[in-house]
Parts: sequence; structure tokens; C-alpha cells
Amino acid sequence: MRVIDVRGLRYRYPDGTQALDGIDFHLDAGECVALFGANGSGKTTFVLHLNGLLQGEGAIEICGRPLTRETHADARAKVGLVFQDSDEQLFLPTVLEDVAFGLLNQGVAPEQAVAQARTALQQAGMSGLLGKAPYHLSSGEKRRVAIAGVLVMQPEILILDEPTTSLDPPAQRGLVDLLRSLPQAKLLVTHDAAFASALATRAVFFERGKIVGEGSVDEIVRRFNWSAQARIPELR
Amino acid sequence: MHIPDGFLSPPVWVTLDLASAPAVAILARRAQQGTDTSGIPLLGVMGAFVFAAQMINFPVGPGTSGHLVGSALLSMVVGPTAAAIVMTAILAIQAFVFQDGGIMALGANVFNMALAGVLAGYLPYRLWSRHWRSAAIFAGGFLSVLTSACLALTQLLFSGVRMPPKIIWISIGLFAVSAIIEGAITLGAVRAIERLQPSSTEAWGPATQVRGSRVIGIVAIAAIVLVAGGVLFASAAPDGVEKLASQLGLKDQVPAWLHSPFAYYEARGFESMWIRKATAGLAGLVLIFFACSALGRYFARQRSA
Amino acid sequence: MHHVVVERWSRGSSPLHMRDARSKLGALLVFLIAVSTTSPRAQLAFAGYATLLLAALFAARLPLLSVLTRAALVLPFSATFALITWWAGDPARAVSLAEKSFLSGLAVLLTIATTPWNDLVHALGWMGVPRFLLLVIQFVYRYLFVISEQAQHMRLAAISREGARRARSVRFRAATGAVGVLFARSWERAEGIHRAMLARGFTGHFLSLERPHFHAADILFFFAAASAAVTVRLAL
Repeated sequence: MRVIDVRGLRYRYPDGTQALDGIDFHLDAGECVALFGANGSGKTTFVLHLNGLLQGEGAIEICGRPLTRETHADARAKVGLVFQDSDEQLFLPTVLEDVAFGLLNQGVAPEQAVAQARTALQQAGMSGLLGKAPYHLSSGEKRRVAIAGVLVMQPEILILDEPTTSLDPPAQRGLVDLLRSLPQAKLLVTHDAAFASALATRAVFFERGKIVGEGSVDEIVRRFNWSAQARIPELR
Repeated sequence: MHIPDGFLSPPVWVTLDLASAPAVAILARRAQQGTDTSGIPLLGVMGAFVFAAQMINFPVGPGTSGHLVGSALLSMVVGPTAAAIVMTAILAIQAFVFQDGGIMALGANVFNMALAGVLAGYLPYRLWSRHWRSAAIFAGGFLSVLTSACLALTQLLFSGVRMPPKIIWISIGLFAVSAIIEGAITLGAVRAIERLQPSSTEAWGPATQVRGSRVIGIVAIAAIVLVAGGVLFASAAPDGVEKLASQLGLKDQVPAWLHSPFAYYEARGFESMWIRKATAGLAGLVLIFFACSALGRYFARQRSA
Repeated sequence: MHHVVVERWSRGSSPLHMRDARSKLGALLVFLIAVSTTSPRAQLAFAGYATLLLAALFAARLPLLSVLTRAALVLPFSATFALITWWAGDPARAVSLAEKSFLSGLAVLLTIATTPWNDLVHALGWMGVPRFLLLVIQFVYRYLFVISEQAQHMRLAAISREGARRARSVRFRAATGAVGVLFARSWERAEGIHRAMLARGFTGHFLSLERPHFHAADILFFFAAASAAVTVRLAL
């Protein structure tokens, strides 16, 4: 089943920059796709369209329903967006309140919201932090709590924007394990080729608002020379 | 200048708490109406920004440095209503978390910095920024600090904190220096902000603010300066207002009920009047409490209606 | 930073920590009014207040010396005014200025060090402080640390490059530039937070989870603390 289907998406920033220039993209249920591309190539702008935070021209369907102004609320429940800067995502004073935030917005009763938030935190491996202030968490913990705050809304699609930023290697490994255990379809915006190849089955490459390449992660990394390590001449 | 608890006499802090509480309630309501869903995160982060910007040292003289206060800068960036709320939030956090400024004195500090300081910082900007932009921004920073500081000094003098006239003049001199520094920092900061984030000062700039006539603005500035300065001079005279009042023969004509329960109780006969004083203090608390909660409820009802 | 210390203190589990924030806030206000209305010459009463606070400090199991040192931060300010007042010929008031400001500051510190910040904010809301203001306070408090840290980093970066002695005007301009950069980042952060809120279905109203109820012990504490303060005020 197609959970995301995008056709001919175009978006121009108010200052006139053409950020997206005809994007065609699809994501199937259970699939994990990596979005590669230079900074400013339109990756983040693209994912902000997928739950209606930005509105461009073109057609977007989320789980078979066209995304319009009327279906925003629905799309925001189905598409869970985990932002790059967890400090921006975790704005409430305690972990529990922050995780319950999305549920309360959906009209879930407080007691039930608390129960579901506990479950989501457990799922994200963060059950011991309920009353803590987000400021006191480590980067890895913040990221997990941010993911819990999205998981709690039971989305069909998870979008993670640069999820490995400022995580140490053990925390990155933990994140890979956590994401593997989640059944949702996933979209990873990342520069980290190793992280992507651990999770994604497919990759697309963005350049100046267009998708210019598609294939397996290894293929794309090789084709666009998209690895942090300097290319070592292969031994013969 | 954050006045700590213990400096203001009860009549002074009660009066200022009673003045500030409803003013803040009304401004909070107006600020809320004036913003969409982006308002709360924006104002909160702006408050945190001012807090952090206060940590940046500005070299001033040999071995000395000044720092930003921010009332004027905020009013130019988010408008006076929102700026007053943000400054109130900052002062509340400083009082509770950092013990910088008192709790009973919070009304006074809010009055000086969040209400008068913001207004004095905003008016020059509102009036003159079209033609003399730099001068207006500088004047905003200058006036806001000078007004806040003079008001604080006045309140201390009213509370019976004794200061020889010489000290008062030295203080005013120091205030003027810090006011000049605030003006310079505000001007520099606004220019830097306009360069880096041009949309911010336009979005909330004078054009979108409530229109007021130029004359009213000038009168308001004059009033602020007169109130701050005039009251200060009155207090600076030996024995201050009391003497002035007795010279004018006012003291005997003031009806007795005006004296009680608040008036004069630091000044005379405390030994015999302790019950009345305690009652006055507690009455003050009860009054503040009910004023705040009644206003809160009233606005809550308005919002849900 | 020291507020982190206070936050750590506030997570203790003494009998004083367990009291409802509203009863502590109420007791604090009564205490502050009692101190404020005490005659400058009633030295015995000041001793009484100090005894009350010390007893509370012990009950709260807080590190005595560090708390007293923190509370003494107000003294340079009040000592200046005390000296001036003394010079102006009113030694009794001079001494009482320092005493009153120290005792009041200590009482506030004791309250904040035994009450989680969040509970205190809720107590303020219960007392009728406008909700919009409280939300702004919460957000300022949340991002205070984040943005102060940025400012701190910028300060260190500036100091580390301050090798040669440069003209004051140049350094002044550098500092205004720092304020500008800090502002621009904060502005962008506010936009990021707003996006993250919308992504989780924010509609403009913050909904809160259930709050704890008063217990008999809380009411008892309020009356005991308040009457102790009033007794000292009236009897000594």
C-alpha cells in the first residue's frame, strides 16, 4: 500500500527561491527510505510539506487521501515528524507533558493521555524520565523522547530529520535498534551514509529542489560520492 | 535595578502591586489577542534571548563593562504590549529562581521596568523612527533605563530609605551613564538585528501598531519624564514629600481615613500600632490575591465565552 | 549555572518537599508580609524569623552552607544602601534593611529549593496569575538555558580570539554583533518550535494534565507556617 504519494510538487519561498521544482515521490507501508542531498537542496522543505506545514503546488496523498487544508489535522496524526533540533521539539516543562502534548491536541482525555504517553516512552526505552525536564536530558535521550512524543500519536509514517545529529556512536546504535523495532514506514533525512544503509532499503538524492537519483543506499552513495570518508583507492 | 524585598515600605509595595497586577492582566489579554499560535513560543524565546543577551558584556570604560537591560529593544521588536508581558515574565523568573528582586517588590519592579520602562523605550521609537531612526532608537534605550531607575529610586525614598542629597545626585549621574550605555547597545543591537533578520522589526514595527496621535505620544513622554524626575526631586529635598506637604499645609487637611490602614506606619508610633500594621499588611495580601484571582477568573470567563 | 543547583535541590524528598506548592507559596507570602511590616528596631523578631527559616532549612534537609551563601547574594546590594542609610543617620533602619532583604531572599530560596519549578508555576496559576503570562514564563524558563548556553559559547569564542588588545569601539561593535546573532538564532528557534507544535496538532490552546489535590497535611502546613510567622511578628 502507498502511504505517501507525491506528484509534481513545487514550492517557492516568499523571497523567490525555488525550493522544490517538481518532486515525484512515493513511500510504501513498512518501507524505509533515505533522503540524501546537500544542505539547501530541499530535503527538509520537502518533508515539511508532507503534513501540511508548508503548502506548495502539486498533489500529495497520505494513505490514499489527498492532503488539503481540510485534511491537515488528519495528516498530522498520520505523519509523525521528528525534527532535527530536539530542543525545538521538546518545549514543555516535563517529559511526560511533552509526550502527551499531541494526544491532548487530538482531544484524548488527560488520564488516557498519561497512560499512552507512558507506553510510548517505554517503547522508546525512556520510561524512567517521566518527570524530568527536557533540559536535563542528554542528546540521545532527547531524541528518544522526541520520537516517543511522535509515536504516541500512532502515526503510519515516521519522518526523521537528521536524527543522528549530535548523538555519540552508542546513542546512534541505540537509535538504529529502536527504529528497526518500529513497524511504521520511515523517511530518513540524513547525511550519514552508514546510518542510512543500516536502515533504509532505498535512497533518493536531492539536488536544487529536484530528485536526481534513486536506487539502493549503496548505489546512491557511490554515484554521488556521498560519504564522509575520503575515497580510498580500492586495493587491487 | 531590581528592588529586593525589605526595601519598600508596605504602603509603597502594596500600591504598586495593586497597580501592576491588573495592568499586566489586561496587557496579557491584549497580547494574547494580538498573536496567533506562534505568539507564545516567540515571546518565550524572546524572553530567553533577553535573559541571555544580558550576559554579554559591553566594554564601556577602563575595566568596566555594561550590559543590556532590554525593555526598549524588546518593545521595538515585538511591540510594547508583548514586550511588557515578556519583561514581566523575565522579572518573575529573576525574582523566584535567582532571588534577583523581591516577591513583594515584584509589583514595583514590574511597574518600573516592564510597564514604564517599556513604554518609555517604545514611545521615542514610535514617534521619531521614521525620520530620525538612529536617534529614536538610542533615545528609547536611554529613556527606558533612566525612567526605570528614577522610579526605583523614588520608591526607595518614599519608603523611608534615607539618602543624603549628594548620594542622590551621584546616583542620578550613574543612572544617566547606564542609560547612555543602554541607548548605545540598543541602537547597535537593533542595527545588527535588522541586518541579520530584516523581517523581524518590520513584522512588528510601527506600522502594525495601534495608531496614536503624535501629540498624545509627546505628552506621554513628557509625563513619564515629569513623573520620574519631578517626584524624585520632591523626595530628594530634605525630608522629602512630608516636608513639602506640611509646608503646603496639606498634612492636616488629609482626611484621617487616607492615613489608615496603610499610610505613615513606618514613620510614627510603631510600638503601639503593631496590630494595625499587621492587619494592613495582611489586608494588602488579601487585596492583591483577590484582585489577581478575580481578574484571572474574569478573563478566563471572557475567553471561554 | 546555579539554577541547576536549585533545581536539583527542589527534587528532594523531605517533608517540606512533599507539601503542595500552593501551601508553600501561601506561607511564603505571609512570611514576607510579616518581615516587611516588622519595625526596624524589633531585633528580637528578626532573630525569630531567622530561627523559623533555619528550622525549615533543617526540615528540608538542604545543604545549610550553600543555601545561606546563595541567599547572601543580595547582601552586596543591600549593604550598599544600608551604608548610605547609616551615613544618613539612621543606623537602626540600615541594619534592618540588610536583615529584611536577607531573610526575605532566604525564604524565597527555601521555597524554590523545595518546590519543583513546574509545581510553582501551577500554584501561581491557581492564585490567578493570567495563563498567557504563565505560558510565556514557562517558555522563557525552558529556553533560558538553551539560549544562555549559546551566549556562553559565543562569549568563549570571542574571548579566545581576543589576543591582541583592540580598540574599545571595535569590541563594543563585536558585542552588538553577538546580540544580533543571538537574536537571529532565537528568532529562527521560535519558528522551529512553532513548526514542531503545529506538527503535533497544536490548535492554539494548551491543555494540561491533571494536577494534584490538597491534602490535610498541606493545609496544616500552611496554617502552622503562617501562624508561626505572624506570631513572631506580633509577639517579639
